[in-house]
Amino acid sequence: MKVSLLLLWVLPAAAAIDFTRDVEPILAARCHSCHGARTQMKNLRLDSREDALRVLSPGKSAESLLVRMVSGAEEKRIMPPVGARLTAEEVERLRRWIDEGAVWPKSAAAGAAKAGHWSLQPVSRPAPPNTRNRIWARNEVDRFILARLEREGWEPSPEAAKTTLIRRVSLDLTGLPPAPREVAEFLGDNRADAYERLVDRLLESPHYGERWARQWLDLARYADSDGYEKDYVRPHAWRWRHWVIGALNADMPFDRFTIEQIAGDLLPEATVDQRIATGFHRNTLTNREGGVNNEQFRVEQVMDRAATVGTVWLGLTFGCAQCHDHKYDPIAQKDFYRLFAFFNPAGELDIDAPLDGEMGPYLAALPEYRRNREALLAEYGVAKYQPAWEARMKEAREFPGKWTDWDHALDALTKYLDNALRILDTPPAKRTQKQTDAMTDHFVQNYHRVIGKDEWKQLKFTELRKKLRELRGGFPALSEAPVLVEEAPRRSHVLVRGDWKKPGAAVEPVVPGFLHPGPADAAPSRLTLARWLVSPENPLTARVTVNRVWQELFGRGLVRTSDDFGAQGEKPSHPELLDWLAARFLDTDWKRKALIRLIVTSAAYRQSSNARAEIDARDPGNALLSHQSRLRLPAELIRDSALHVSELLYPAIGGRSVRPPLPKGVMDLAYGTDVGWNEDMGRERYRRGLYIHFQRTVPYPQLMNFDAPDAAVAACRRERSNTPLQALNLLNDPVFVESAQGLAARLLRETPGRDAASRAVHLFQLCLSREPGRREAEFLTDSYRQQAALFEKNTAAAAFFPLEIPGVARTDAAAWTAVASAILNLDEFITRE
Amino acid sequence: MDPTRRAFFHSFSGMLGAAALGDLLAPKKPHFPAKAKNVIFFFQAGGPSHIDLYDPKPALRKWHGQPLPESMTKDLNFVFVKPDAKVLGSERVFKPHGRSGIEFSDYIPHIAANADDICLVRSMHTEAFNHHPGQAMLFTGSTQFGRPTAGAWVSYGLGSESRDMPAFVVLSSGNGASGGSTNWASGFLPSTYAGTVFRNSGEPILYLPDPPGVSRETQRARLDLIRKLNEERQYDTGDSSIASRIESYELAFRMQSAAPQFLDFSKESAKTLEDYGVNTEPMRPYAVNCLLARRMVERGVRFVMLSHASWDDHQELNRKLKKNCDITDRPIGALIRDLKQRGLLDSTLLIWAGEFGRTPMGQLERIDEDPGRDHHPNCFSAWAAGGGIKGGQAVGKTDDLGLRVAEDPVHIHDLQATMLHCLGLEHTRLTYRHMGRDFRLTDVGGQVVKRMLA
Repeated sequence: MKVSLLLLWVLPAAAAIDFTRDVEPILAARCHSCHGARTQMKNLRLDSREDALRVLSPGKSAESLLVRMVSGAEEKRIMPPVGARLTAEEVERLRRWIDEGAVWPKSAAAGAAKAGHWSLQPVSRPAPPNTRNRIWARNEVDRFILARLEREGWEPSPEAAKTTLIRRVSLDLTGLPPAPREVAEFLGDNRADAYERLVDRLLESPHYGERWARQWLDLARYADSDGYEKDYVRPHAWRWRHWVIGALNADMPFDRFTIEQIAGDLLPEATVDQRIATGFHRNTLTNREGGVNNEQFRVEQVMDRAATVGTVWLGLTFGCAQCHDHKYDPIAQKDFYRLFAFFNPAGELDIDAPLDGEMGPYLAALPEYRRNREALLAEYGVAKYQPAWEARMKEAREFPGKWTDWDHALDALTKYLDNALRILDTPPAKRTQKQTDAMTDHFVQNYHRVIGKDEWKQLKFTELRKKLRELRGGFPALSEAPVLVEEAPRRSHVLVRGDWKKPGAAVEPVVPGFLHPGPADAAPSRLTLARWLVSPENPLTARVTVNRVWQELFGRGLVRTSDDFGAQGEKPSHPELLDWLAARFLDTDWKRKALIRLIVTSAAYRQSSNARAEIDARDPGNALLSHQSRLRLPAELIRDSALHVSELLYPAIGGRSVRPPLPKGVMDLAYGTDVGWNEDMGRERYRRGLYIHFQRTVPYPQLMNFDAPDAAVAACRRERSNTPLQALNLLNDPVFVESAQGLAARLLRETPGRDAASRAVHLFQLCLSREPGRREAEFLTDSYRQQAALFEKNTAAAAFFPLEIPGVARTDAAAWTAVASAILNLDEFITRE
Repeated sequence: MDPTRRAFFHSFSGMLGAAALGDLLAPKKPHFPAKAKNVIFFFQAGGPSHIDLYDPKPALRKWHGQPLPESMTKDLNFVFVKPDAKVLGSERVFKPHGRSGIEFSDYIPHIAANADDICLVRSMHTEAFNHHPGQAMLFTGSTQFGRPTAGAWVSYGLGSESRDMPAFVVLSSGNGASGGSTNWASGFLPSTYAGTVFRNSGEPILYLPDPPGVSRETQRARLDLIRKLNEERQYDTGDSSIASRIESYELAFRMQSAAPQFLDFSKESAKTLEDYGVNTEPMRPYAVNCLLARRMVERGVRFVMLSHASWDDHQELNRKLKKNCDITDRPIGALIRDLKQRGLLDSTLLIWAGEFGRTPMGQLERIDEDPGRDHHPNCFSAWAAGGGIKGGQAVGKTDDLGLRVAEDPVHIHDLQATMLHCLGLEHTRLTYRHMGRDFRLTDVGGQVVKRMLA
């Protein structure tokens, strides 16, 4: 037994068992759901020592029922009955704890355990530990990592090759592999700080904002459509994404980044940009399905906003407290609805949010546009019918159930026109131009619902709709942005079991009671909440945020469960380092670039990612970072890399969403009639994956094949799966076939008259930033010859390589395309090493 | 190849079979011996009318044209119709079928002909009365989005037994369903478990065909180069996950040959094709899907979902219902018979269900149209047949009006628990940890419906 214990990195044999560190997490994760504060099956609770003594005898593990049941000694009575069995190691920990006397400190008594949870304690400022090895560490981060490795008696890995390093850090900071020229420069730079210079250059690249925006978009459940059955397109959603990219590139401090997104509209004299930031909360799903109760879905959206803030900033599963007090964390149901109450008064609005250069053309074209529009409306006599229609709508609202047609028409009005009732109640003379136009457009679109088919035909509104659409199409409209606005105050209540129809006790907007108090003197508003989230006393926001940055750079967070810092989540692998980083983040004014720079310049980050068989067997998740990790790239970066090396990428930053080619038939799977896919024909189709239009019910296949989240709820980390559909995607999707063709063309252009061997080297450099090994080079040239022979035999070369390159035989180009395509499919190409 | 490398790959190739796809899809043992190995799920999107298909309500004729008293409709949620809407009697004729004498509507004679194999549940109920949340409930056990779907859970629980096809395949016909791809998504499970859409014309699977100009030899040569270079990388980095990537390219290559073969019906007898209606409109696309379902089950595909939309008959009930029945009835009837004849029915679980039923009251969307029915989550019908199921019985009852469950309520979670049970899976033990808790298909509910079991 001693021998196997020595192998366990989590539990050095010498150290005594610590209840809080070694035992309580097992009980909390595996036992408390049935034997805890909420539920006590068989009248047993394992969150109090008194009670637990019924199933264990201190000092005598072999006789303790607890051990017998979790170890399988009791036939047919194995605990826990649900989920995986306890591991041998966990059972061993329980055994040792009992044999050592089952020490159960007072601080871990029931109830106190929740509030005493590590992540809720103030952030400490531990001094970096001393290490035996005095040479390896490049900065403080490394001393924490190294000290932990030394406890196991392990050496860190050597630094990765320079070629690996530049590819790694380029992908991590900009999401694009380095160009051969950049690699050559870096290899030739012998200054001591060559790497740091490279990092600084990459952090200043405008692609940095694109690379890191993706993570934030995942958290914000960003999409370009409503979700649910109708799944309407959100034509302005991208404007918030545009803001995120800009904010990241400007290195906006995270506290400001937070405040503007939660309450930018409430800042004194809020700018348009600050209001756009609140678009974060407009990414909730919207249900426009006929007959849906609007209030129900408004309430669900507010709940979603509260739960999302809980996940994104606090790293806690607040959503669990929607129906009942949280089972494991100190979040009372009341806490959830107090958080809810901050968002309850907020309403939705789309505002003009012009980009640079839009205002001039807009103002110039406006008078004529208005003249033409009014003329059209007059020509078809809209003014003759609309007022009566509006009056009748109001009546239908007053007497529901009286006129079926009008009930439906009213339902459609409230579903398809945002804030419809408010507009309806505003006298026409007092409406804004936008409101007037929106109401008229809806009327022209929907009047058929309440009149006979013949009458509708006579009005020729179908023709008018077309003309209005054409007119609008030619008009340089301003970009708009979805934002939050504060509406009239609404009373908030605890909702019994989360049911919007069952309000319980009234609640005020108050910050969660188990954390630091909110400011005493400030009125409770979203702005107060935002400031509280980023106040220096908040133990969670900084920890959660630095952990996510770490996760992006090492493939796993210091807290692996980056979505859950509560009792059910895992404890940090390096608790002191987490706190040190969080404190440092606060001290450097919440600047993310400084944090990222610190981490990527560490020796820990620069380690080789090669596996270390003996150590990996003992630390399979590489939690202790005895090496870097090979990480399959996220979906978007796989696309970006292929387009980049083939020089097809259109690298414009920000802007609207794009629709690259989509296989025929994919959209047929959607219900929504609004879902059209007007493929972009120009260079827009070669934009980065970040900009691909995300239709929630029919997401772009390549994104989903490579584990992009579905934009339903905040996604804190992505899976990295491996499926045959991924292989088919990279082999045969026209995007990647075009990339292979582009890559082959580039290769041939850049190596005129050279032989296959030298082309193979260049191809490797273009795609993998390194030279091939001897055997790799052989494989490439052999494959090229084989492919060329195959294309000689059949006549399909022109189909596979439709371009004409002067001086290059078509079979040659096709053969190189086949080889190039193989390179784009390599595990190494889609992996950050 | 130098000796160390050769030894390395030699020792590794033995592991490849087992390490396929990183073990995610390796066949797994169920929790207890299973009755069924595969599932065919006939998803009827939109909410088919139980009153006009499976649950005869002669009393509605008497009430026809009158509103129901308020006492009967209070507490019920409706979407468009008001609680005082007028009752719409069914024009359908119901007759008992088979030895068991279960009554079915005249619109579904072919399904009815298999009455003695069918376990009809007339007491289904659910929580959602809108389509997308209702479909989420049916497939993920929750009205909230982002959870794994039934097919994904089953693939996760049992793995794949197919060497050349994914474990979970989706066949779609009609219009798209409200839930779109969320009905077969893997949620927070790895995307390995998501449903693969298989189309019955054109490219069966997305990105399946080789690009223009690429012959099979060229494709094979491409894959050989990929494999060799990946093996080199595995040797150099020591990363064993590269072996899984190599294997998934081989599976992709096999799928390229296998998938189109599913559509090659030349070996099917003329009678089989005729029985399903493969060459007959309007059922042709659905018939092709039903025949594909059988062929896939034969080849070890774990979970086949046939999604047909839409049964959302808010107006013109009789015309639209007939249309969908004409499309789906004969192929489903033929599939049950065919599976039985081939001895596959015992190992295949069939489920027929929509996300909810429809109101006894009629609905008029426009005054100049024939009436339809509104959404009705309070009671509806579904059925199961095949592996593990006791056929020839009707479980549960609704009240005389088809308004509420009267006896033996079966919640969606119960149906899900029963489905998993037939597959040898204990629904409370099939869990996945996410956001700090163990999630399962049946959320926090679900009881196996013992009466449904053989």
